[in-house]
Amino acid sequence: MIAAVVALLVGAALGTVAALEIERRRRGRALSRRSPVGRIAFPFTGEGLSEPALVAALRLARAEGATLMPVYLALVPMRLPADVPLPAEAEQATALLEAVEQRALRAHVPVDSRIERGRTVRHALRELMEHERFERMVVAAGADGRSEGFSAEDVAWLVEHAPGELIALRPAQPSSS
Amino acid sequence: MPSSRGRLKVFIGMAAGVGKTYRMLQEGQAEAEAGRDVTIGYLEPHGRIETESLAGGLEMVPRRRVHYRETPFEEMNLPAILAREPELCLIDELAHTNAPGLEHEKRYEDVRDVLDAGIDVYSTVNVQHLESLNDQVTQLTGTRVRETIPDAVLSQADEVVLVDLTPEALISRLRAGKIYPPERVPAALNNFFKIENLSALRETSLRQVAEGVEVKRLAPAATPAIGTRREDRLAKSAATQAISERLLALVTLSPRAQRVVRRAWRSAQRLGAELDLLAVRQPGHAGGRSDGDTGQQEREQLEALRRLASILGAQLLVEEGDDVAEVAIRVARERGTTYVLMGAPKPRNAWRRLTQPALPFRLLKGLPGVDLRIVADRTLREEAPAPAGEEPPL
Repeated sequence: MIAAVVALLVGAALGTVAALEIERRRRGRALSRRSPVGRIAFPFTGEGLSEPALVAALRLARAEGATLMPVYLALVPMRLPADVPLPAEAEQATALLEAVEQRALRAHVPVDSRIERGRTVRHALRELMEHERFERMVVAAGADGRSEGFSAEDVAWLVEHAPGELIALRPAQPSSS
Repeated sequence: MPSSRGRLKVFIGMAAGVGKTYRMLQEGQAEAEAGRDVTIGYLEPHGRIETESLAGGLEMVPRRRVHYRETPFEEMNLPAILAREPELCLIDELAHTNAPGLEHEKRYEDVRDVLDAGIDVYSTVNVQHLESLNDQVTQLTGTRVRETIPDAVLSQADEVVLVDLTPEALISRLRAGKIYPPERVPAALNNFFKIENLSALRETSLRQVAEGVEVKRLAPAATPAIGTRREDRLAKSAATQAISERLLALVTLSPRAQRVVRRAWRSAQRLGAELDLLAVRQPGHAGGRSDGDTGQQEREQLEALRRLASILGAQLLVEEGDDVAEVAIRVARERGTTYVLMGAPKPRNAWRRLTQPALPFRLLKGLPGVDLRIVADRTLREEAPAPAGEEPPL
């Protein structure tokens, strides 16, 4: 009699554990089905982070259920070896990427940050394209007196070379009124 | 009575038997041959014939016999050395604790008196006797050394000479009976004299001396501040750098790893520490076996981590293993890690929670004395929900 009760209790306990595990896996599968598939690259330099470009990138990522990939482009001075550690650049990259990640978190956009290095902005962009896969790229185009965007030459180069879709945001003209 | 303070030269090594005393005697002999008045204040040859023969020809100040609880002890005779007034005195075992009832509790305090009398001193010490390294060495070797000296003693030395020997060579010397009598050799080999212990101690010694060199190089040489002796400033500076921190960040091959690594790097920067990154893969993954999207994503994340590590000046270690805790503990011990950082562990199922402690607990248990920090996953933080029908703000 006691043995039967014990067996019943053990069986019930095992059944509960199995049911919980099945439910956990089911939820996991459901989550993975919802996980984003596309990636939107958002490169920027230590010169500054363009607010309108970031908002556009976040909006696009959220609308498409994509992952935002903010990429800090670290520039290696010509006098240094190309693979040298860059603590000063890394310090700045860390601060900017943290800021972007916080914004992405608030907007419920998944994020996968990167730091890419190059001798010039264009070299770093080329390295980015070689190393990472993404479906879209959002960049800020610089304008006179503004530093937080890519130069016209770099944007033109991206139009020619970037894989997938390129969205270049021209900064708003200052209001005359 | 000489007017200026004597100069202190310390011969430091990773363990007994590397040849500190031998080197001290060699240099003492050279000084004597050069015409200086050299005496041996205290020598502990440990019955080593080579050491005893090298002491030949040098005057030795007789030891004094003291009794403590009816047990006789032979100690260095400080008053006799001061009365003898040699130019250079060789005093072995700087970290020695004197028998009670003598002028000072510790030999380094006796040495200070000798230096104050204007006598130069050569002395010896093992790295595990340094106060700030005592805990670290205990963790590395499992053996706690009771006789310690303040780091300032070493940082105030005019010269520090590292007597270095490879662990393999030291063990050969031990087996050949050149360090301890034959009956003590098996116990020594089973306890302290293991390759991994000696390798860790050797690295610690090398770092200690290198840091001392750097402290002296960086310290301003001229115009000391009023009321501040240069030695005091050096000692203060050295004290802050005496313990070398080494961080190990555990990373998964997922987007979360980038943030964990950046956090770890910032901590390493603040501590002036080296940073190692450890990714543990299931056996069979490291060879680049193709296993669908997951494998492809893991490879991409691994490459991204390599590039990040290169920019940060960190070292990425990729190990294979079924048990992350086991691998992490092994690597942390091998690398002399003092600080482990990891991301928040994934929630575990009920069965795992029942049968196995969580990774942080296993790390804490397997790495006693090592700090552990868990970097929060921001995506798990509770956020205020957006009003119904509205998207969260950008």
